[in-house]
Amino acid sequence: MSGAPFLATEHWWDLRDLSNISREILEFLDRVGPDWLAYVVSPLIGFVAAFLLFVLPSQLFVGVYGERRLIGRMQSRLGPNRVGKFGLLQPIADAIKLIQKEAITPRGADKWVMWTAPVVFVAPAVLVWAVIPFGPNMVIADIPVGLVYFLAITALPVLAAFMAGWSGNNKYSLFGAMRVVAMAISYEVALVLGLLGVVLFTSTMSLQAIVEWQREHDIWLVFLQPLAFVIYFISASAELNRTPTDIAEAESEIVAGYLTEYSGMKWGLFYGMDIGYALAAAAFGSTVFLGGWSLFGLEEWVPPWLILVAKTHLFYFVFIWTRGTLPRLRIDQLMALAWKYMLPLAAINLLVVAAERLWWHEAGLGDGIVYLFAAANIALALLLVVGWARVLGYRPERVPTRPRLVKHVGGYVAPGAETGGGR
Amino acid sequence: MSFYDQWAAILIGTVVGFLLVFSALVGAKLLAPYARERAKGVSYECGMLPLGRNWTQVHVRYYLIAILFLLFDVETVFIFPWAVTFLGLPEFVLYQIIIFIVILGLGLVYAWRRGVLEWR
Repeated sequence: MSGAPFLATEHWWDLRDLSNISREILEFLDRVGPDWLAYVVSPLIGFVAAFLLFVLPSQLFVGVYGERRLIGRMQSRLGPNRVGKFGLLQPIADAIKLIQKEAITPRGADKWVMWTAPVVFVAPAVLVWAVIPFGPNMVIADIPVGLVYFLAITALPVLAAFMAGWSGNNKYSLFGAMRVVAMAISYEVALVLGLLGVVLFTSTMSLQAIVEWQREHDIWLVFLQPLAFVIYFISASAELNRTPTDIAEAESEIVAGYLTEYSGMKWGLFYGMDIGYALAAAAFGSTVFLGGWSLFGLEEWVPPWLILVAKTHLFYFVFIWTRGTLPRLRIDQLMALAWKYMLPLAAINLLVVAAERLWWHEAGLGDGIVYLFAAANIALALLLVVGWARVLGYRPERVPTRPRLVKHVGGYVAPGAETGGGR
Repeated sequence: MSFYDQWAAILIGTVVGFLLVFSALVGAKLLAPYARERAKGVSYECGMLPLGRNWTQVHVRYYLIAILFLLFDVETVFIFPWAVTFLGLPEFVLYQIIIFIVILGLGLVYAWRRGVLEWR
């Protein structure tokens, strides 16, 4: 696949490149079995390996357990700590509990749609991992349109969420479904325009080729495309319905959004795969923006798939961090952020990147120019983020000059806080 | 890697995904209890009996947002192929794309001025 020299040997026991061992198995199957056997087994090996080595352990112990522990720590409480040592068996206990609970279908609900919605939600979660490259030879399907494929697959859960909300015969479900669709499509636009900047630089949509591009140029796309990275992070967080942007299931407004009428394993599938999609978004983000399995030459010594796993978990930690830190935004704020703020910024970014790439190509400049582009784009991103916010009328209040409401109503003002600046 | 078609892998992945979900749902169906109880079929509304119809009307702004989305998503479908190949294309294609983006930007400005983006 990659023409670049790679230190990992061809022995099956060399764990730096897991494709060796799968190649041994496939060659053996080719010798003993019929023609089609290796054809069918090879993607199965990929999916099983990806799930057993990475997705399932991460989903259970980072997603279900670690996320709750970390958020508990951020919010000064304990989190799950009873089941097993440090509560480590909590995800397994949760799964056992959920599978024994009755899944209630309310009267008047659309039964068929209500049962299909979890299927439509979970099945694409497997497909997402098909295009994520875990190493130079470790990608299940290196299709040339990997980036668009990822966007298309991750649009399916929105459909499932709408099916879930529509079928439940419940007002809150319906409102949650309308909200999730409105928000997902709003952020989809900014997300796609942001990722176009990446495609303009790399001139390819295959994720493996994007990683190779970053490896050849010795730079991560997060430095070349800081604005696109920020847009990707916010949009992914919005499409995943994670807490700063989880108005689709805002507990204080609409009971549980589109999941109000869901219970038992049907709900469990939605909950579990929310984490699965968050992990997939983290893996995609670290592939496209953070260099994927490459780490400036270190990937020849450390297994590349471990590098990707580490980056994915780092990315996912930032998701957890924002979730534990930021309060939920209102729906009008979120829609305004998508349409008035991120969409114009993404469009400007697109035009600037096109101009840069064209200049690089036409003037025949060397590869060193990417560092200049990186510096220029970081400066431009800062300027645009601050400037466009000012244009829209955002004035951060550093030192409050006006009296606070608390003085008017005769509330308690801390001594020494009268001069302002007191919080 | 080279001896099998990439898309066949995705087809097989689809089958695996559906099997995964069906096994989870069938397992839950077999293990989960079932209580004969009429009241559990009432849809949830904060503990009261639900008032009015449950399939309520929603605001028209969702429809306007959907139209705007269609506009911009079709735009990106056109821009993606251009973004991959634009280095090999003649120069006027770049200007065409810029004009295309500007026209769409005008559409956004129009929607903005008419208050579609205000969430009242």
